[in-house]
Amino acid sequence: MLEHPLTMWQQMESLGYTRRDFLRFASWLAAAAGIEASGIGQVVHAMETKPRIPVVWLHFQECTCCSESFIRSSHPIVADVLLDKISLDYSETLMAAAGHQAEKSLHDTMTKYKGEYLLLVEGAIPTGDDGVYCCIGGKSAEDILKEVAAGAKAIICWGSCASNGCIQAASPNPTGATPVHKLISGKPIINVPGCPPIAEVMAGTIVHLLAFDRIPQLDGLGRPKAFFSRRVHDTCYRRPNYDAGLFVESFDDENAKRGYCLYKMGCRGPVTYNACGVMRWNNGVSYPIQSGHGCIGCSEANFWDYGPFYQHLASFPGFGIETTADKVGVALGVATVAGIATHAISTNIRKRKQIQQEIADSDTIADDKKGGA
Amino acid sequence: MPNRIVVDPITRIEGHLRIEAEVKDGKIVDAYSAGTMVRGLEIILKGRDPRDAWAFAERTCGVCTTVHALASVRTVENALGIVVPPNAELVRNLMFCAQYLQDHVVHFYHLHALDWVDVVNALKADPVKSSAIAQSISNWPKSSPKYFADVQKRINTFVASGQLGIFNNGYWGHKAYALPAEVNLIAVAHYLEALEWQKEIVKVHTIFGGKNPHPNYLVGGAPCAVNIDEANALNAERLAYVGRLFDEAATFVEQVYLPDLLAVAGFYKDWGAIGGGLTNFLAYGDLPVSGYNSPESFKFPRGIVLNGDLSKVHEVDGKDADQIQEFIAHSWYEYEGGDAVGKHPWAGETKLKYTGPKPPYEHLDVEQKYSWLKTPRWKGQPMEVGPLARMIVAYASGRQEVKELVDSTLKTLDVPVSVLFSALGRTAARGLETKLVAGWAKEFFGSLVSNIKNGDARMVNNERWDPATWPAGAKGVGMTEAPRGALAHWIVIDNTKIANYQLVVPSTWNASPRDANGKRSAYESALIGVPVHDPEQPLELLRTIHSFDPCLACAVHLYDERGSYVHRIESF
Repeated sequence: MLEHPLTMWQQMESLGYTRRDFLRFASWLAAAAGIEASGIGQVVHAMETKPRIPVVWLHFQECTCCSESFIRSSHPIVADVLLDKISLDYSETLMAAAGHQAEKSLHDTMTKYKGEYLLLVEGAIPTGDDGVYCCIGGKSAEDILKEVAAGAKAIICWGSCASNGCIQAASPNPTGATPVHKLISGKPIINVPGCPPIAEVMAGTIVHLLAFDRIPQLDGLGRPKAFFSRRVHDTCYRRPNYDAGLFVESFDDENAKRGYCLYKMGCRGPVTYNACGVMRWNNGVSYPIQSGHGCIGCSEANFWDYGPFYQHLASFPGFGIETTADKVGVALGVATVAGIATHAISTNIRKRKQIQQEIADSDTIADDKKGGA
Repeated sequence: MPNRIVVDPITRIEGHLRIEAEVKDGKIVDAYSAGTMVRGLEIILKGRDPRDAWAFAERTCGVCTTVHALASVRTVENALGIVVPPNAELVRNLMFCAQYLQDHVVHFYHLHALDWVDVVNALKADPVKSSAIAQSISNWPKSSPKYFADVQKRINTFVASGQLGIFNNGYWGHKAYALPAEVNLIAVAHYLEALEWQKEIVKVHTIFGGKNPHPNYLVGGAPCAVNIDEANALNAERLAYVGRLFDEAATFVEQVYLPDLLAVAGFYKDWGAIGGGLTNFLAYGDLPVSGYNSPESFKFPRGIVLNGDLSKVHEVDGKDADQIQEFIAHSWYEYEGGDAVGKHPWAGETKLKYTGPKPPYEHLDVEQKYSWLKTPRWKGQPMEVGPLARMIVAYASGRQEVKELVDSTLKTLDVPVSVLFSALGRTAARGLETKLVAGWAKEFFGSLVSNIKNGDARMVNNERWDPATWPAGAKGVGMTEAPRGALAHWIVIDNTKIANYQLVVPSTWNASPRDANGKRSAYESALIGVPVHDPEQPLELLRTIHSFDPCLACAVHLYDERGSYVHRIESF
């Protein structure tokens, strides 16, 4: 171990990046973290002086889509910064060592950097039946999480699995899959939901921690405000079609070919907080709605259990945009979702007349469909 | 007495895999493969809308993302008698090809290469010699002495920092590493380049499916509407983007991946006789030219080769109750008919019965049950699935394109056809099929553009979208080839809802525990006879297991609620 670990700037320099590359990256980082232009200097300074942080990345009940998303980070030097600049001491997906040697890496970091390392968690933790549903090295996921979390400086929960349980927690949640925040307390926990989260959102979150040595501003659900404060619906480029009452009525119809709003095809954009509409996916190439399919709401808690994906929101039991906030709150009984619903209603109140018309239309469609269901 | 070694976690894979192996006189004499995580997706799918199933099923794996969605929409379409428009078939083929290109390259460089490439040894390389070697095997432009010197400097800084991160505690300096320092340096340079490159080809998924990982699919077709006169649809710009991505991918495969693969293989010819195993191969085939319902038009043919006999290809039928069955003799489940019977997926019965040790544990009781994976068999036989199975079945089926590529590669390496049945053969087959897929993608892209040019913009068949048009009961099977091998989903639909949904996936075939007759599956079988120079550093074991490209989240999905729930579907 060097006595003075290299700073991020020294690391980048050693990788052959120019000062210009570095400054561009710092600007990107600042933008991604929602920092004003005047704050870029602060980012640059931080990157020049901060040593890299040891990082442990644990996998539990998951499909590795978060890791895969992470390595898609589009900024040209993000992958290098994240793979080289943090010291990724334990990652079952990428590390060379296996078995005992892998466990040794983990324990060395936990001992040597107690209270300093960053814990990244991918996956939910099955708490049913003494944890037999996920064991690594003979130990249960819950035991491993608690042991590693104890010495962590902060925890980032990658994706919907670690943030809110995701698919394995969907009804009937056979293994007792549980998100991190319900098992760990007394540590800063950042939830970065999505199935998976957008690569740049992941990069932006972790780099925020590295650069500023403090966690980004979080909302009530522990999500970074920079990326999760807006509904997909409000940032969707097809929103004007919604406002004008122009909807796709069936997949591949004439309206689909014109890129109209997918609300009637079940789009969850109106109840989903995520940055898809703003940042889009895979270096801004597209996002689900742009490619013709509605949002399935993958960053929202319990999204798997909110009815069939192609049934549109107005025909949900208990969730009509024209119903009152009280009614919605009672019907759903979940504070989070009620909050979202209330938001949806309040932002739509001025369009009430148009929406009422649309609800009337959609009810007709829903009734038409009931014949088969 | 054999020495029992346990490798858990097996890293550089998807999911949670544990291998226990017995080593005697420097060789593995027995091995046990265990999946140690379950989620219960099939239980969760029950009662849902069949049109939603693809999204659930897709989450079985984020590494081979998209293939489970494909198997799922085909399963539902098969049950409901839906034939998708040609354009949708082509879009699905292109997404399939993009997945292979990304997944196989990432497997080679980021998951498998470190079994063959000594990263630290690359520091000893002469960059001038690396450059000369690189230029002698490829036209790839990044090959100057300066380039390799820069890469070396990067590694040097990295190693000198003392914080090796993901390279920490690797088996560097192990006797089984055979590459010259110069080739190690080339491979490390391309490890870094491939990491940058892989995020490009997945944009094919983003264009057609809106995101990657986990792009969107649709029962009846593909969600991306075509309109060449509209910015909001699949138009000329989007298509040109797709075309460019495939062109660049083909270049990378031909100028980086394949030359590296051959260069590395040349130093490990002894591995052409190690890690073979079963020599039974199963492929469902995929990449239809004339539609999914015409398997004879598939680029990857369907079939079975038994005992390495390339002169005969057996037929496989997913609907025949006597062919594909799952057994539980060594799996933590129980069947009403006892542990000896097998169940076809349509007649699946799942009852959880964990009898393993309570965590934390040191060893599994391998004489009893030891895995969350069931054990699939074809007519009672264990099967290997994956790139090698696809190439072997295509070779035995007399596919000219495949035969020529395989034969010329064997000739270049100056090795006999028998080396195919080995860990090296598996790794080579993966590279060869990547080259084929890169070429086929261009054909499919040409067909899609030509269809659109000729006025066919159809992307979805909506005739059976409305559940009112469905029969009261239906069942279907959807097959594909995941990058890791034969993948199929089975569905039973009852009154417009999912009554039963079963997945039999590649790693279940390969990584499953032995059956009631003590017959080993592919991993356990391949490990027999593998040398282990140092039981504390079982590099050779990892090399063999990684040659299969394990993907465990897919393999372990069967589960039942607290052992009390029995789910049974009578055949009808």
